[in-house]
Amino acid sequence: MKVPDLGTTLTTSTKFKVVDTSVPKVDGYALVKGKTVFTDDFNIPNALVVKILRSPHAHAIIRFVDASEALALEGVVCVLTHKDVPRVAYTRAGQGYPEPSPYDTFVLDKKVRYVGDAVAIVAAETEEIANRALKLIKVEYEVLPAVLDYEHASDDGMPVIHDEPEISGAYDPSRNIASHYEMHIEDVDKELAKCDVVVEGTYYTPNPSHAMMEPHTAISYFDPNGRLTIISSTQVPYHVRRIIRHIFGVESRVIKPRIGGGFGGKQAIHVEAYVTAVTLKTGRPARCVYTREETMTATNTRHAMRFKVRVGASKDGKLRVIDMDGLSNTGAYGEHALTTFMVAGSKTLPLYNKVKAVRFKGDVVYTNIEPAGAFRGYGAPQSMFALDSALDELAYKLGMDPIDFKLKNSIREGETSPVFRMMGEGREGVEQIIQSCKIEECALAGAKLFNWYEKKKRPKVKGTKARGCGVAFAMQGSSIPAIDMGGATIKMNDDGTFNLMIGATDLGTGSDTILAQIAAEALHTTTDKFIVYSSDTDVTPFDKGAYASSTTYVSGNATKRAAERMAQEILKAASEIMDKPIEELHLEDGKVISESGHSITYSEIQTKLFYSFKQRQLEVTESFVSEVSPPPYMVSFAEVEIDLETGKVDVLNFLSYVDCGTPINPKLARGQVEGATVQGIGMVLYEEHVFDKNGRMVTNDFFTYKIPSRKDVKNIKVEFAKSYEPTGPFGAKSVSEIGLDTPAPAIANAIFDAVGIRVKKLPIKSEDIFFALKNMAKSL
Amino acid sequence: MKVEFKVNDRKHSIEIEPGELLVETLRRLGYKSVKHACDTASCGACSVQLDGNPVLSCRTFTAAVDGHEIKTVEAFSKEGELSAVQKALVEEGAVQCGFCIPALVVTAEALLNENPNPTEEEIKTYLNGNLCRCTGYVSQNHAIMKAAELRRNSASVPAGNQGELS
Repeated sequence: MKVPDLGTTLTTSTKFKVVDTSVPKVDGYALVKGKTVFTDDFNIPNALVVKILRSPHAHAIIRFVDASEALALEGVVCVLTHKDVPRVAYTRAGQGYPEPSPYDTFVLDKKVRYVGDAVAIVAAETEEIANRALKLIKVEYEVLPAVLDYEHASDDGMPVIHDEPEISGAYDPSRNIASHYEMHIEDVDKELAKCDVVVEGTYYTPNPSHAMMEPHTAISYFDPNGRLTIISSTQVPYHVRRIIRHIFGVESRVIKPRIGGGFGGKQAIHVEAYVTAVTLKTGRPARCVYTREETMTATNTRHAMRFKVRVGASKDGKLRVIDMDGLSNTGAYGEHALTTFMVAGSKTLPLYNKVKAVRFKGDVVYTNIEPAGAFRGYGAPQSMFALDSALDELAYKLGMDPIDFKLKNSIREGETSPVFRMMGEGREGVEQIIQSCKIEECALAGAKLFNWYEKKKRPKVKGTKARGCGVAFAMQGSSIPAIDMGGATIKMNDDGTFNLMIGATDLGTGSDTILAQIAAEALHTTTDKFIVYSSDTDVTPFDKGAYASSTTYVSGNATKRAAERMAQEILKAASEIMDKPIEELHLEDGKVISESGHSITYSEIQTKLFYSFKQRQLEVTESFVSEVSPPPYMVSFAEVEIDLETGKVDVLNFLSYVDCGTPINPKLARGQVEGATVQGIGMVLYEEHVFDKNGRMVTNDFFTYKIPSRKDVKNIKVEFAKSYEPTGPFGAKSVSEIGLDTPAPAIANAIFDAVGIRVKKLPIKSEDIFFALKNMAKSL
Repeated sequence: MKVEFKVNDRKHSIEIEPGELLVETLRRLGYKSVKHACDTASCGACSVQLDGNPVLSCRTFTAAVDGHEIKTVEAFSKEGELSAVQKALVEEGAVQCGFCIPALVVTAEALLNENPNPTEEEIKTYLNGNLCRCTGYVSQNHAIMKAAELRRNSASVPAGNQGELS
C-alpha cells in the first residue's frame, strides 16, 4: 500500500507570531466572572415554562390523552399532544443534508419507544404550575413488549419498534435494523488460514452519557418583526434552523450563546422543537431547561457496541488480517446510527494499512432504550478498544513488544490506505495520501518519557498491589471530507479591529479563540484585535457546526482564506492611498509598510475608506470544504495499580503523545486531550447505565451515574509531536476527539500486564477483576 | 415570608416562598453565575460562599440565610479586575465551557483563605465536589496552585483578603 513519494516538502520553517502560542481564551474573562452568557441566563420577559410529559413505558401505543384537568389549572397555557404538532418524520441528528440517519422521529408520536420518550408538551406561567400540570394529564397506554437486549433485537418474532409507514432511510425496520454496513479487502478467511498466530475475541463497550455540566436548554420567541428566534445550547445551529423549517415550515434565526459543554450530546435537535411548538401555538416566548434526569434519560448516549474481532499475523510480526464483526445499539431512534458505525471502521482501520485482508461489517439495531447519538470519538473509541486490545494480545502471543508490533504495521507519511476511499460517513470516502504522520515519534519519544522499557521490567506484584503498563495507538480525522463546509467573514473597523464572523460553534473547546489566532496570524496583528461573533444564523456565515473534529481544520481554513483575502484588500487600499505599487508593500504589526519605510495603520486605512478616500467597507467572506481528512495520531501509555484484595483499578500515570499538526493554542489543545483522557477513564472504570427489567434507566443522576471527580485523576501528561499538516491552517489538524480513543485499550492492556487478565467488557469494575483474580487462583 | 441577607455586600430584603432554595432566589435576583446543573447536590455548580464557607445553594433553604452574607463569583473581581484565582484559571487554559467555573472560583477562594499554601492533594480533596466534564481537572488544579503562589507573593494583597469588597 506504499505509494511513491510525492516530493512534498513538509516545512515548519515559517515562524509563527500568534499561532502556536497560548493566548487566553477570548471568552475566558466573561466565563470566569460568571457573566450571563448561557441560554438559561437570558431574561426573556413573559416567557412560558415548557415541560415535557414523558413515557413511563419502554414501548407502548398512546390510546388516549386527556389534558382537560391540566388545562383547567390556572396558569397552564397549553398542552400539546401528537395531534397538535405536524406529523413530519425527521432525524434529530445534526448532520450534513441529506442526512445519512433515518427519518424515524416525530416531535410527538402516538407511539412511545423508550422510558422517557416525549408524550406531551406543557407550557405554563411558572415551573411549579407546569410540573403540577404534568401530573394531571391522563394517558391511556397500550403497553407493548419491549426490545431491551440489543444482541437479540433482530431475532425472529421480536416486536417491531418502527412500524410507522412514514419512516425512511432505515435499513430493515421490520427486523429492528436501523443501518447495515459491510466492506472487505481480499478474503479474510483465506488470509487467516495463512497466519501463524491468530487472536479472536468479543469486546463490549457500553452507552455512557455525555454528562456535560449544562443541561440541554432552549428559548424561542418572536422578535419585534415577527421572526422566530431560537436561543439554544446547540453544537449545530444551522442544522437546527433547517430541521425546524422541515418540521414546522417556519423560517427562524438560531443563536448559540456560550454553551456548557456538549461532547456530541448537543449535535442533535432536542429541546428546540418543543419550545418552537409552544411559541408557534401561543405566540409567546417559551423556555425549556432539561432537568439532569431528562439530560441523562431522554437525550442521547454513546452507542453501545459489540465487536467480534479476529486478527492474524505471521511469525515475523506482519499483521495480515483484521476482521471486525460489529453490532451497535442505537436505541429507540437512529440518529447517527450508520455514521457512528462506519466511523468505528474508517477512523481505526487505516491506522494499520500494511494489513493484507480486512473485513468490517455489522448491523445497527433499534431497541427500546434511550437513543444513542454522537459522542466524542463517534464510534472510534468503541472499535479501538476492540482492535487495539486484540492487537496487543497478538503482539503478546508473537512475543513482541506491543509498541514494536503496532509501529511495524502502522501507517506513515506518504502512504495511504484503501479504507480512506471505501469508507466515508454514510457513503464512500475519499482517497488521501498521508502528508503528516508522526506516530513513530509519538511511540518512541512517548516510551522514553514514560519509562516504558524500565517499567515493563519491574516486578509486577508488591504486597497486595500489582502494577502494569499498557500502550494504545489511535488515529481520528479532521472533518468529513467533501461534505463539511464552513464559512468566515472578516470586516475591518476604523479603530484597527476586525469583526470575525464565523458559523463555527464554540462549545467550550476554544474555537472562537483559535480562529481569531488564525486570522491574526494571517493579518499580521494580534488576537485582541478580533471581535468574534459566532453561531448566529442571521449574522454569521454558514458552518456545519461543531463535530467530526472539523472546526480547527475546516472553519480554520475558511478563516485563514478570509484573512488572506482581507490582507489583499488592505494592501490594495494602502497602495491606492500611499500611491505605491502593491509589490512594494507588506503587512506588519497592524500596519502596511512600504519599502521606502512609510507606513499606514489599519485604523488609518479604514478611517480614510469610511470618510474621505474611495469610500468603502472592507469585508470579505470565504468558505472551505476539504477534499481530505488528515488524521491526527496519538500513542498513549497507561500505568495502573490493582488492589489484589478488592480488584480496584487506579490509573497512576497516563501519558498521551499527540500528533495534531501545529497546535494553534497549545494550552487549549492540551486541555482537549486531558479532558478526553478523563472522559475515557470514566468510560473505562466508572460510567455505566443500569436499566431495570422494564427498561427504565436507574442511573439517572450524578449520584448513581459516576463521572470522574478530581480525586479520581492521578498523573496525566500530554505531549505534542513536532508536526505540520500542509493542508491544515498553519499546519493544524484536529485534536478534540482523538483523546478518547486510547484510554480503554491502554488501561485494559495495562491490566493484562499487571495481572494477566484480558478485560473485554467496559466498564471494568472492581468486582469483575476481583472474581477474575479469584478464578485464576482457583485454576492454578 | 420575608428574609434579609447580603449578597456580595448588597442588602436584599425579599419575600420568599416557604421551602424556596437559595439557588432559585439568587438566580431570581439576577445572580445568574449560580448554576443549576444536577438537582441532586452532587456537582457543585451552584456553590456560593455563606459567611465565607462554600455551600451548595441547591441544598440551602433561603430562609436559613436570613441575616447572613452570601458571596457569588461576582464578589471576586473588583471593578472588573480578576482575582488571582480567576486570572490563573484563564491563563492556564483551565476554563473550557465555563459552566462549572463560577462555583469553582467561589470554592477555591474559600480554600485559599483557609489554607494559603495547599498541596495538590489538598486542592483535590477540597474541590472534589466541584465536577468538571471538560478539562480533566489537570489545568484547574495547576491554576489554583499558581493562584495560591501569586497570592502569597503579592505584598499589596494580604492572603485571605483577596476579593473582599471594600
